[in-house]
Amino acid sequence: MTMQNIGRPTRPEGDAASEGFASLTGGRGLLQDEPLIFELGGWTKTGVDLPAASEDASDLAGLTRASLDLPGLSEPEAMRHYVRLSQKNHAIDLALYPLGSCTMKHNPRLNEKAARMAGFADLHPLAPVATAQGALELMDRLAHWLKTLTGMPAVALTPKAGAHGELCGLLCIRAAHEAAGQGHRRTVLVPTSAHGTNPATAAFVGYSVQEIAQTDDGRVDLADLESKLGPDVAAIMVTNPNTCGLFEREVIEIGRLTHAAGAYFYCDGANFNAIVGRVRPGDLGVDAMHINLHKTFSTPHGGGGPGAGPVVLSEALAPFAPAPWVVSGPDGLHLVEEAVDEAARAFGRMSAFQGQMGMFVRAYAYMRSHGADGLRQVAEDAVLNANYIKARLSDVMTPAFPDGPCMHEALFDDAWLEGTGITTLDFAKAMIDEGFHPMTMYFPLVVHGAMLIEPTETESRRELDRFCDALRALAATAKLGDLERFKGAPHLAPLRRLDETLAARKPKLTWKPEAELA
Amino acid sequence: MRYLPLTPDDRAEMLGVIGAPDIDALFADVPAAARKADLFDLPLHAGELEVERELAQLSAMSRPAGAGPFFCGAGAYKHHVPATVDHVIQRSEFLTSYTPYQPEIAQGTLQVLFEFQTQVAALTGLDVANASMYDGSTACAEAVMMAQRVTRREKAILSGGLHPHYAATTQTIAHAEGMEIVRQKAAIDAEAAVIDAIDAETACVVVQTPNVFGVVTDVTRIAEAAHAAGALLIVVTTEAVSFGLLKSPGEMGADIAVAEGQSIGNALNYGGPYVGLFAVREKLVRNMPGRLCGETVDAEGRRGYVLTLSTREQHIRREKATSNICTNSGLCALAFTIHMTLLGGTGLQQLARINHARARELKAAVEAAGLEVLTPRFFNEIAVRVKGSAAQLVDDLLADGIVAGVPYSRLDPHAGLGDVLLLCATETTTSEDIAALKSALTRKAA
Amino acid sequence: MRFTKDHEWVVLEGDVATIGITAHAAEQLGDVVFVETPEVGKTVKAGDAFAVVESVKAASDVYAPISGEVVEGNTILGDAPETVNADPENGGWFAKVKVSDPSQYDALMDRPAYEAFLETQ
Repeated sequence: MTMQNIGRPTRPEGDAASEGFASLTGGRGLLQDEPLIFELGGWTKTGVDLPAASEDASDLAGLTRASLDLPGLSEPEAMRHYVRLSQKNHAIDLALYPLGSCTMKHNPRLNEKAARMAGFADLHPLAPVATAQGALELMDRLAHWLKTLTGMPAVALTPKAGAHGELCGLLCIRAAHEAAGQGHRRTVLVPTSAHGTNPATAAFVGYSVQEIAQTDDGRVDLADLESKLGPDVAAIMVTNPNTCGLFEREVIEIGRLTHAAGAYFYCDGANFNAIVGRVRPGDLGVDAMHINLHKTFSTPHGGGGPGAGPVVLSEALAPFAPAPWVVSGPDGLHLVEEAVDEAARAFGRMSAFQGQMGMFVRAYAYMRSHGADGLRQVAEDAVLNANYIKARLSDVMTPAFPDGPCMHEALFDDAWLEGTGITTLDFAKAMIDEGFHPMTMYFPLVVHGAMLIEPTETESRRELDRFCDALRALAATAKLGDLERFKGAPHLAPLRRLDETLAARKPKLTWKPEAELA
Repeated sequence: MRYLPLTPDDRAEMLGVIGAPDIDALFADVPAAARKADLFDLPLHAGELEVERELAQLSAMSRPAGAGPFFCGAGAYKHHVPATVDHVIQRSEFLTSYTPYQPEIAQGTLQVLFEFQTQVAALTGLDVANASMYDGSTACAEAVMMAQRVTRREKAILSGGLHPHYAATTQTIAHAEGMEIVRQKAAIDAEAAVIDAIDAETACVVVQTPNVFGVVTDVTRIAEAAHAAGALLIVVTTEAVSFGLLKSPGEMGADIAVAEGQSIGNALNYGGPYVGLFAVREKLVRNMPGRLCGETVDAEGRRGYVLTLSTREQHIRREKATSNICTNSGLCALAFTIHMTLLGGTGLQQLARINHARARELKAAVEAAGLEVLTPRFFNEIAVRVKGSAAQLVDDLLADGIVAGVPYSRLDPHAGLGDVLLLCATETTTSEDIAALKSALTRKAA
Repeated sequence: MRFTKDHEWVVLEGDVATIGITAHAAEQLGDVVFVETPEVGKTVKAGDAFAVVESVKAASDVYAPISGEVVEGNTILGDAPETVNADPENGGWFAKVKVSDPSQYDALMDRPAYEAFLETQ
């Protein structure tokens, strides 16, 4: 035979264990150590080819700036810089993202495509309404869906996020009280389990906040509510399903008591995903509720925003809705923009233009895709998935409310970690090493060491099992006392645990040249 | 139902694991009276083709800004955005991630925010910027409320050159918090009236430059008057490209600068989503609303970024927070940062000069058509006095395929400025567009 | 040294009271990152929120244990808020107040009483 022994090795050689291995240049293989743009040297560079411009700005003499010190990058450099950075993020497209109360579900790309159609994306907010009929028609159709799904007669589309929607709702309530000679009502009742935005918004509007107690089974304490409802109460703000992932069984009674006391019922709609298509808030006595389009209706979270928070309103509050809104006339659709005639009682304006049109398009495309039947299935599968997780983890972790079903999220406390020396935070950080984003932690405040898991309906059974298996394995390890796995976690993320104390004590909020730092 | 992975078998087996007889058992806490047994009166699910077709039809019912000669500005601006920007913001890791509360697996978003904050600080000439607000108008309202916290005074003076929608938003939101909002009468040149109105009760004055009529103002004298009275100066900018040519708010003495960042990286989107820029002097940082990203190190000493100073925020401080804001405009801020990085300082300065040159060509054309230009010093927008109603003129010119700007009465019908038309030109405006406007205006005048 | 149920301490020398937060409070807060001391010249009433202490995870109001006029704030805390953790009941003081009613001091808990109170928490 002819011996041919030249070529590359085809199986691994050397010591398989590479603990403590570090690259020579600081990166980790495909995960590059990427500097800031200010450290890449492009102080005179630009990645955009622009035509020459007249240097003459003599008409602006004395009004122009001397310099603008910002670096630029060529297109290939910019692409690489931002793609490298992107690889350091977790994302719903990578794995289950179980942040309770945040509804991290799949973001369909059809919605992205639709939002970029020229008739939506390249439309100026002050374009003559005759040239914006398609956009107005879409807003009108979206409004129809939101009103039908909530059983409410009106909707203000303009709020730009959930908290902005809360503000809109409370301003409607305040305007309605003032119109009825009830302007002296200055208190808002909020359960202890509420999102921080609820009391913050109430205080923002000048209301004082009083907390309502919670019962042992995680619901509003009706007796406490009744004792606090009085002639000074303007509204209650209740999240339903609440932040413990439970439906307020007595919600109709809550509404009745509230109305009997002359107050309005504001519902925080952050958890609408659990009931969409099955329960209409309008049937529960709700007067106002914001809908986070970036939660229930799948517009992407984008690393923190943008969101959209339309507010549905009852008959009593509808006349006070902010401008602008869409109306139908003989020659097409119009925008009512000013506080005259039919808008005379509008409480004002939430922002410069018509709201988050880009989010309206995405949310509408999503609703149309699901339809009445699909949306109902969304709620059912979201609730089923959460209860499945609760069932699969209840023997190794401690559910905060073991009795009865949960809605779209399963809440655990840290009682099962007692004596291990491991905290909720340690456990959550160890999940990162297993490839999952941590659940919402230490919220709601009413449960010790809370772990709030919201899987959403877009997780397959296979992914749910992968997640439950990982948590069960971690829980078993925790109980065996493998402290380093948890205290040092994450070990395998782009960075280890970060020093937040240092960041807050000596804030460095912008990049500065070394000369200035010295 | 393409977005739902569970099969009927999955559902049955999972109910078995849970120990529930059927799905209704999981909704047992819902009062019987509120359980809807039937489907709502809405269409059933639809395939991607069908939905795309409906949306394409709706899109086709509108006339995009790029369809012909187009001169609208007044708070939103048509600019060219490089294709790279839209590609990168659609990467899964940016598009489908949440607020970076777990910094170890969100360094991508956090480093971008740190770059964004640094870019915004440099553009506005101030020390610190936050990680974005909803838009320019809500940022303006937040700035006014911040001035109340800093000065412990209740009165805000809004210049007559401030965009009427910004003034209305500020009036709605800041007044709700108990402030006295003084809205000055609409005026092309509002500087003197603002200075006259400042008194010992004034928390802040809000001045826009270039203002809603396009006027570029050196606000240094207003800053001096405000500071002498112990008040803060808030400078508003709706056209962020102007930062490439004009003196920065910080250079002119602003304590807080707010701006609409849509012009850089973001589409018109019929009004949203946009991105609010918010920058302040160093000493005011703990009174700022919104998220802030800061530099720190990890357990191995490597540089990294975290959200910081969050005790100002609603999720910790609840009713004592500096703002109720939670969601920001992260993806729009990312688009801003990428576009700004592609431009660089030199590119933005070039782009700004092109915008200014287009507007000078526009001004000459409008004057040649016999109209009076009201804006003495402008960046890329001018206000013009027309014969008769500006709204009618816009309607008339639409028949010629020209969108001839924004009638001021659209923003504020009560100002008595029905004959004022606001026109804007950017790098997307061609000489042919301007010639078409000129000949149509000349025809109307004849 | 006297104590309140809100975990402030007071030392009275002449008519000037030095006020801070207790070692127990500092430990519970975790790493202190920022302290806002009251303005000199401000008049405070016992029970009023008169300062703010922030850790990474929480911001807490500090209540004046005694009425009077603020004569000095601890400027060291501006640059070194960690002093509150390192030396809470001495160098980490917040403010000095010229008291208007010294009898309020006697009404506060002494150390054994405060320690007994902590046991009940």
